[in-house]
Amino acid sequence: MLTYTIRRLVLSVPTLLFIALVIFLLLELAPGDPMAQVPLTVPPEVKAQMREALGLGEPTHIRFGKWLWQFFVVEPMVLTDHLFGTEFAADKQRVISWQTRSPVMDIVVQRMPQTIWVVAMAYVVGVLIALPIGIYSAYRQYSVFDQVGTFVTMVGFSVPPFFSGVLVIVIFSVQLGWLPSIYDTTHRVVDWNTFVMQLKQMVMPVMVLALQTTAQISRFMRASMLDNLNQDYVRTARAKGLSEQIVVMVHVLRNSMIPVVTVIALGVPQIFGGAIITEQIFKVNGLGQLLITAIQANDLPMVQTVTFMLAVLIVLFNIIADLLYGLLDPRIRYD
Amino acid sequence: MTDPTPETPPTKTPAPTPLGALSDPQPVAPPRSQWRDVWDQFKRHRGALAGGILFLLIIVVVYLGPLVWPIDATYIDIRARNEGPSWAHPFGTDQLGRDTLARMMAGGQVSIAVGLTAMLLALGLGSLIGVLAGFFRRLDGPLMRLTDLFLSLPLLPLLLVMVLLFRQALSSTFGPETGIFILIVFAIGVTSWMPTARVVRGDVLALKEREFVLAARSIGTTNFNLITRHVLPNVLSPIMVSATLGIANAIITESALSFLGLGFPPDFPTWGRLLNDATVYLQDYPERVFWPGVAISLTVLSVNYLGDGLRDALDPRIRGR
Repeated sequence: MLTYTIRRLVLSVPTLLFIALVIFLLLELAPGDPMAQVPLTVPPEVKAQMREALGLGEPTHIRFGKWLWQFFVVEPMVLTDHLFGTEFAADKQRVISWQTRSPVMDIVVQRMPQTIWVVAMAYVVGVLIALPIGIYSAYRQYSVFDQVGTFVTMVGFSVPPFFSGVLVIVIFSVQLGWLPSIYDTTHRVVDWNTFVMQLKQMVMPVMVLALQTTAQISRFMRASMLDNLNQDYVRTARAKGLSEQIVVMVHVLRNSMIPVVTVIALGVPQIFGGAIITEQIFKVNGLGQLLITAIQANDLPMVQTVTFMLAVLIVLFNIIADLLYGLLDPRIRYD
Repeated sequence: MTDPTPETPPTKTPAPTPLGALSDPQPVAPPRSQWRDVWDQFKRHRGALAGGILFLLIIVVVYLGPLVWPIDATYIDIRARNEGPSWAHPFGTDQLGRDTLARMMAGGQVSIAVGLTAMLLALGLGSLIGVLAGFFRRLDGPLMRLTDLFLSLPLLPLLLVMVLLFRQALSSTFGPETGIFILIVFAIGVTSWMPTARVVRGDVLALKEREFVLAARSIGTTNFNLITRHVLPNVLSPIMVSATLGIANAIITESALSFLGLGFPPDFPTWGRLLNDATVYLQDYPERVFWPGVAISLTVLSVNYLGDGLRDALDPRIRGR
């Protein structure tokens, strides 16, 4: 298991390097000049200096190498400096955003909490709703509950977040006026009232994101439970006189959770990507919104860094999912 | 080895009259074809049937509707702007007095065309890579690593980047509408072929070991003919299922891009674009977001049900139950 983990981690390095290269080349190939907005009266040598200042003066492979160095060496140094008060990265060049001329990672750190709060909360809520639905609709297959559940998950699959989000805004903010339609990130929780306010503004984004999660995971849960309910060991468990609750909630549930847990792990990076749209609808200034504004402002270092971080998440959670599979199922131990 | 032997008619011996108990009962009805079985199973899945009919209905309305409906999608009647539903404008009008029904139909044409074309592209790519990886062992490793790489790319951000960076270049070469159409179809196609490739590869790997492939190979069938005559028809069912899912995925992705303002130009309606335009007037005319959103959701829902039914109908283990 340990060797497998190490092998996967080592193998992920070339993958990530390749992904970084793909993103870099895509941005590189793009037509459009970051100096296009500069007035024509600016003399060419000044322009050349401005390009230099943006880190554009050198050939592609050198800039790629420099970006790798800054991302993988300088930024971790800054992190350790911040945590332990050391001075490794005192005068090193960091990845600089073209929009704000400040380090990209500082902005990412500022935006991270909003995204994590909304997205992570939505995912947890979605999973918590999905599991009981899946279990019960498999246990009572073809019952009314199952039929309705299947239909609702199909709808949850099909209604895109940019419609469900707008729809809940129309219903709960415009018509009923219960909830704010814009997520206020400057809001501080100090007492009970502000806590209620925070809850109120989180309800809608969490609901929209959770609908998607619920739809996917409850389908997986149902299918997995159905696979296990007809197995011989279930009949054995019933035959030796275990109560129905123990049979379903202990024996069957544990076995059917194995594939579902991996699906849950695989879904984490996807939801970060999907949050781009939800953040746009509810005006949450999280990572997704940061990415959109960076793309629109042609801020290539920012786009490169944020996209790459999403790729890191995907690769990381792929490995986590595979490891979990091996840990939970003793029949699959990668030795 | 394959030298032609002269035709010698086998000497015919008169067949002995079979005993009554040993004669096989002659089949009374002609054998049922596979597609007939599939259709029978498909019919029993009520949701799938409804989904299929609904999808066809949406296509018919969207493509043939403009022939019946007199108002043009781009006709501006500024005095009739921001109207609610009426007999003249069943879905109301927008802020420039353009008829929402006509715009919905025009937008649907683009959205569905993007969905179908992007699906075909993704399907073609996915089947090609899947068949090659499953059939030729030497290509399997590299192609599957490529698939894994694509699966670990953050797709939505990359799509956004691609669309934003290349829209200028393409619209100046092909004109604004065709350029963006090509760009979006291409972008969606090259980022959604991976699931198809994986499923097809798995099936081809299993098929390759079957006797009929060995038999075909033993009579000297070339690889190309083997793939087109024997392998492809047998992996048709997973391809068809991923086709339906591909349409749904492509329509949602296109609408998401349009919704984020990175899709088609503003005067060129698609469902996502209409939804995006309507959100600006959310406070005053909240009902306006309803139609495009419902259209997208219904199309995707019907296609998803269609795929569900197809998967059941094409699976011989479920069929006949």
